[in-house]
This record gives sequence, structure tokens and C-alpha cells, in this order.
Amino acid sequence: MITGFITFFTIFAVVGAILYGRKLIKTEKTDAVFGNPERAKGGMHWVVVGSSFLLLSWLYYSWDIAKSFYPKSANELCQVAKVNESLLSLKYLFPIVERQHKSTAIIKRENINIEDKIILIQNDPNLKDQDKKIFVNILRDTKLMIPSLTDERYLEDDTKNIINELTIRLNHLTENFPKDSYPNLTEEEENEINEGLKKQLGWGATGMEVPPLPESKRGLKFHAAAAELNSISDEFFEMRNHNPEYLKQSEAIFGEIKEYMDGLGDGRELDYIKDIKKLVRRIEYASIFPPKTLDELENAIRAFDKVQNNEQANLRTIDILLFPAGTIVASGPQCSEAGPGRWLPKPSDTFRIFGEMLKPSVGYKMIPMLWYEMMGVNRIVGFILPDWIADIMPGKYPVHNQDGTVDPNFKSRMLDIVTGEFEAFKIPVPTGHIWDSFLRVFLGLSLGIILGVPLGLFMGLNRFAKGFFDPMVELYRPVPPLAWAPLIITVFGIDNVGKVFLLFMVSFSIMIISARAGASGTQLSKIHAAHSLGASRWQIIREVIFPNSLPEILTGIRVAVGMCWGTLVAAEFLAGTTGIGFVENVARKYMQYEVIWITIFVMGMLGLLFDLTIRKIIDKTIPWRGKG
Amino acid sequence: MSDLVSQKVNMIFKSLKGETVHALKDITFTLKKGELLTVLGPSGCGKTTLLNIAAGFLRPTSGSINLGGKEINGPGVERGMVFQQGALFEWLTVNENVNFGLRMKKEDPIKTAKKVEEWLDIVGLKGFGNTPTYQLSGGMQQRVALARCLINDPDLILMDEPLGALDALTREKMQSLVLKIWKETGKTIILITHSVEEALLLGERVYVMAPRPGRIHKEYKLPFASMGLKGDLREIKNDKEFVSKREEILTMIWDMEEEIMGKEI
Repeated sequence: MITGFITFFTIFAVVGAILYGRKLIKTEKTDAVFGNPERAKGGMHWVVVGSSFLLLSWLYYSWDIAKSFYPKSANELCQVAKVNESLLSLKYLFPIVERQHKSTAIIKRENINIEDKIILIQNDPNLKDQDKKIFVNILRDTKLMIPSLTDERYLEDDTKNIINELTIRLNHLTENFPKDSYPNLTEEEENEINEGLKKQLGWGATGMEVPPLPESKRGLKFHAAAAELNSISDEFFEMRNHNPEYLKQSEAIFGEIKEYMDGLGDGRELDYIKDIKKLVRRIEYASIFPPKTLDELENAIRAFDKVQNNEQANLRTIDILLFPAGTIVASGPQCSEAGPGRWLPKPSDTFRIFGEMLKPSVGYKMIPMLWYEMMGVNRIVGFILPDWIADIMPGKYPVHNQDGTVDPNFKSRMLDIVTGEFEAFKIPVPTGHIWDSFLRVFLGLSLGIILGVPLGLFMGLNRFAKGFFDPMVELYRPVPPLAWAPLIITVFGIDNVGKVFLLFMVSFSIMIISARAGASGTQLSKIHAAHSLGASRWQIIREVIFPNSLPEILTGIRVAVGMCWGTLVAAEFLAGTTGIGFVENVARKYMQYEVIWITIFVMGMLGLLFDLTIRKIIDKTIPWRGKG
Repeated sequence: MSDLVSQKVNMIFKSLKGETVHALKDITFTLKKGELLTVLGPSGCGKTTLLNIAAGFLRPTSGSINLGGKEINGPGVERGMVFQQGALFEWLTVNENVNFGLRMKKEDPIKTAKKVEEWLDIVGLKGFGNTPTYQLSGGMQQRVALARCLINDPDLILMDEPLGALDALTREKMQSLVLKIWKETGKTIILITHSVEEALLLGERVYVMAPRPGRIHKEYKLPFASMGLKGDLREIKNDKEFVSKREEILTMIWDMEEEIMGKEI
């Protein structure tokens, strides 16, 4: 419903924006010739078209438009797929899907196989002539056995009857299938389906990929036809064309083989004889029939195929138009989406699941996406203050009394404070997957900036610092951060410390490089001016070199944010129990495509948010950039 | 007794390859307090090197420059400097640029603000105090640079082609400003320029320097600066004596250039 509305709305938006664009061209200034950057300015209406295009592609290729306008189509296509699946093994017998009759193809192939084997045996220098003779004899006998299967004279009446019966059943089905009364279900069968339907969930992420039980009249027809076809096909493939003439010949061949094998150890001869045995068995189980025997059956199958195609009616059009790049396929009683509908989740499902995940009580794996929890101030104090503060206080820690109690003294009270064991009011603290990822990036980045910028400036100004720290920085910097991840995670653990350190490493080197470039790029005249205005060394660094390097530093931060964000998600992929990357990794394991796309979306949004913030900061703090 | 005394200043640059360049040779002069000296010469004659030594950014190979009896040893507040491009701190406003020196000395901000206002008035930038410097035109930037230097009350003002990058009209205005400031404050000024006209107009004394090795080729004492204080600069430019002096110096510099080119070929 909503999807349908959105679809129409987007299409209107696209048409409107395109019309507006046409109108705009007419009013365009004539002096804006091609190549004038003026022509690239503005264009919000094209943004609308671009976004709409993305949204429509998503709706279309995730088959959400099909779901919205024809909610039953997947279920019906599933029934059709069942029929096609049942029909397929029968179709393979005839030149309907394939080029040749199956019997023809098998005979052709096995004749070639036999001839090849004979040549191989005769050319093997390691075989004794006696063995060669036996092998070739058996193979020739096998070749002679094939006519016993293809000669109509040998065909048994029983076999003929079964084929006739199956043909009649098929024709019957073809006749009844288009009728409104089809299928004539018994009350019991009907009840069974109705019971199943009660438990059946909808199409999409809520329940099953595709609900398999027929939900409509048309679906029921195909469902019933598929069952009948399955029974026909099973019966056909149970039937063997093993007439007495064939049995006689094959028994003789197997006798020869057995006789030979009995007097044999293991060696190359064994391999040959096993191969030959396999070949004979293959012919035994292949459905080889005389040339004209199955003609009636073939016609019946063709006739039914035509009828069922007609009965699909508009479903075929829906399948072609609204299920792009794939369709619904059946495998036994189950159906699944084969195509982009499988890995590209439907927007409707995705947004619903996202809304569900955003609820703090649901979240993902018991942890909310972004929420808050109440945390005692004591825990924060205990985390910030190091425990050794209590150790350096005067006095001694108390010793327990004889009556089993402990009298606290000043020193033990201090210990309680620095370890956070006291009562305090609570404050809300953010928590959740998104917050965890954000905090890691923020901490890693901040550490990198706080340590990297001064060191970078120092390296840009001092020969010793440059030479001393250069090897270290330049050796670790070119290594992809993820290559460090296994090592860092081993040393610092899979929790926050390891990840923050990894991100620190990423941002640290970038900040060093940019601060250094900024410092060494300061105009000499500015430094000279500061000198003759009486600035001290420290003042020059703080008042001239640092602000002068700000453009480079801020650009560095912008680069570092992107790098950190990418590294973090991959690091969370490797190990950990919270974070956006963790969510994606778990979703990947359970093939929750909606969740995967949600994490991708969240990451994109957060990355964009980071970048926009920094761009804003850049505009605010260094308005002189490019104008000096 | 705050004269500038240069004694046998030599400056020899050595490159890593071992080539030596004799940038300055035996520069000896005395500049009395309140004198305005302009230094003129073809490029590469060591004008800027001389100024950098006076500012304390460079240490001479031999010899010394004394200001008020004290040898110059590193940069200091008593020697203010104005650069060709202004060298303003573009992340600061006009006010913050002008009071930079006082802030470095941690002077009282209220007194400082008053001083800044006075100086902005003198250089003709009243009301521009809160403008970011990157929004100023070239001429205005040089005015800020002048105010920034003068607010520190230096004994000696060193100007390194301060008007070189300005258009002709702005340049003329700035020349009057320099003369006005010189008269009102009575500072000792060394001004380097490559414009003969400017050197003659502004210089009470003019040194024409010659390259390879850099040395003072000729010295002039001129009346035009004091004339300029009273009269119109354009009139002075048409003065007969002015024109003949200009031609004389131009010929001199052209000869020098030809000599260098000849040597190189």
C-alpha cells in the first residue's frame, strides 16, 4: 500500500522534475556557453530525479513493486514453479527442452564411450593380450545389447500398458486443468491445505521467503497439477524397459565380468573391469526405449504444457515485468526467490525491520542500536581516577577485627572513592551498537589528533625530530591498517582498547603527515614577522605555525575520519560483540539481507555525518583558506 | 645615540657543493637616528641580505651591525620589519594583527586596544579593526603591516620592497604615507626598492648597490624626501633635478646589468 503510493509519487516526482528541467533550459542565460562552470550550478530537480531513480531501482529490483501491486503473485508463481519443476524431468526425455530424444543422446554417447574404451584397452602396453581379449569381448557384447532395448519387437506389453496409462492420465489432466471445477479435492485434502494456510506467513522478511501453500484458486490448480505430474513422473521413472531379451544378454555380460573378477587380485586390470561394469550399469538404468514408443506421451506433455502456459495468463506478464533478473523457483515443496529479490531486500521490509531494531527493547542481539542507560556517577569516577591514589595516602589499610567486622579508616574510604564503590546519583549515558562504533572512532581519532598534531608540527620544525620519528612513522604507515588488526587484537584484546588503538594508529600517522606538511609550509616571511614582533619560540608555534597549518590539519582530520571509519567496521567484523560491523557480520552469518543493508545504510549515513561536520568546522575555522 | 653602524659586514654563502657566493663585501655605513635610507640595485646585489642581517635573521660572516651601540644578534622588537607581501596573519582580524606584538609582550588589552585604534587612524584604516585581513586589498594589507610594525615603537624600521606589489595609484598614496609616518615619528627607516623613482622620492639618502660581490656602489644625499613632505609627489617627479638624477641612476643600473649579462655569456 505505502510502497505503491511511494512508487507513484516517485514517478510523478521524476516526471515533474524532468519537465521543470526542460523549462529551465528555455530560460537559461545565453552567455553560459558549453564549458562555463555556471552550467553546473544548481540542479536540485536533478537531485530529485537521481534519488527517485535510486529508490525506483531499489523498489523494482527487490521485487517490492510486485509485492505491493500483486501481493499474491509470488505465491502463485511458486505453484507454477512447482508444475514446471515436475514437468521438467519428463520434458527432458524429448526434444522439448533438449535437442534430441534422451534415448538417442544416451545411445550416441555410450557407443562412443565403448569405442573409446576399446581403443584405450588395445593400446595399453601394460595389459596382457589375454586380458585385452576378454575386455574387448565384453565391450562388444555390451554394444550388441543396446538393440535389445531399442527394438520394438522386444518391448513387453506391460511396459506398453504403463506408458499408455500415463499418457491417458496426462491427457485427462490436460482436459480437466482449464475447467473451473478443477481440482476436485476431497474434504480431507481441503482441510489439510486450510490448516496449513493458517500457519503460513506472508511473503518477505516477516515469514518465509515465499509462502509455499497455494493461497488462491489459480494457485490451487497448479498446486494440484504439480502433485499429479509428480506422481506421473515418479511412475514413469520407476518403469524399466527390461524385456526378456535384454535380461538374457545383460545376465551373460555380468556373468562374464563376475567370472573374470573372481580370479583377480588388485591391479590395473581391476580398474578396467570396474569401468566396464559401470558402463554396463549405466545402460541398465538409462531410460532407453524404442524410437516410436513414447510419441504419444510426448504429445500429451506438449499439450499439457500449452494448456498450463495459457492458464498462467497475466501471471507470465507479471513474472517478466515485475520480477526482473530472476523469478520464483521451486525445489520440492519449498519455493525461493532466485534473483535480486533474494539479496536485495524489499524497502518495505527493510524499513520495518530497521524501525523494529531501533526500538531499545529489541535492538540486535540484546543490545539496542542507539539508546541510553542510567549510569552511576561513582562508576565514572572509579573509571577515571587511578587506584594508586589511595595507595599514596598516609596511613595503612584497616585489618579486620576479631568479631569479623572491618572498621573503615581514611585510607580505605579513599580506596572506595577511587574504585567507585560509593552511592551516587545516576546520569544517562548513551549506549548501543551505533554509539559504540561512534565512540571508538571518536576516541581513536581524538587520540591521534592530540598526539599526532604536536609531533607532526615538531617534526616539521626540527631536524632531529624529523629524522628520529620518520623511520617509525614511515614504516608502519604504508601497511594497511587491517593488516595490523590481528596483531593489535591479540595484544590489546578484542574489546574497545584494541579497536581504539588500531584507529589511533590510523589517525596518528595521517595527522603527523598533515601537521608536518602544514608546519613546513609556513611562509618564511610570516615567521620573520613574528620574530621581529617579539614573539618567543613557543608563541611562534602557537600563534603562527599552528594556525597557519590548520588547513592542512583539518584536511588531515577529514581524511583520517574516513580511514578510521572504514578500518573500524572491518575491525568489528574481525572480532567483538558490539558495533555496526559486528551487527553486519552476524547478519551475514544468518543471511539476514535486510539487516546487512541496514548496517550499510547506517554506516553510509554516519560517514556522511562525520564528513559534513568536519566540512562545517573547516568552513567555520579557516575561512581564509585559498584567499591568503 | 641610536645610530645604525655597519662595520665591514661580509656575507659569504656556501652551498653544499662547495660553491661560494660573496653576497656582501665590506659594507660600512652609518645611519643617524631619524634618517631615511633607500637602497637600490639590480636583483642579486644583496639588498635583502643586508636587510636580513640588520633584522637579525642572518648572521654576517664577518663584521657587525650595531644599533645604538649594541651589536645585532638575532631578531628583536626594536627593529620592526615590513615585508613585500605584508606577511599578515590571515587567521587574525586587523586589530589582532596590529596588536600582535603587544599581545606577545602580554600588555594590558585595554591600553592595547586604544593604541591600536590610534595607529589604525594614522595609517587610514579607521573602522576596519574587525575585518578579517584576507578580505583587505593589497594596499590596505600594507597599511596593516605598517601599523603592526610601528605599534611596537621600534628604533629602526626595515622595509623590504613594501610597495613592490601594489598598483601605481595605491603606490603613490602609500609613498606619501611612508613619508608622513617618517616625519611624524622620526624613526630611522631603511627601505629597499627596485624602483628608482621610489628610491629618489623617499630616500633622504640613497645607496645604489652593485652585485658580485654585493657592495655599495654609489651614495646620494637627496632633498626630494623633505620636499615631498610639503609638496605634491607628482610635481617633484617632474622636477628637472629629479629627472636628471633618475636618468643617471638608471644608466648606472643598466650598465651593471649589462656587465652581469656579459659576464654570464
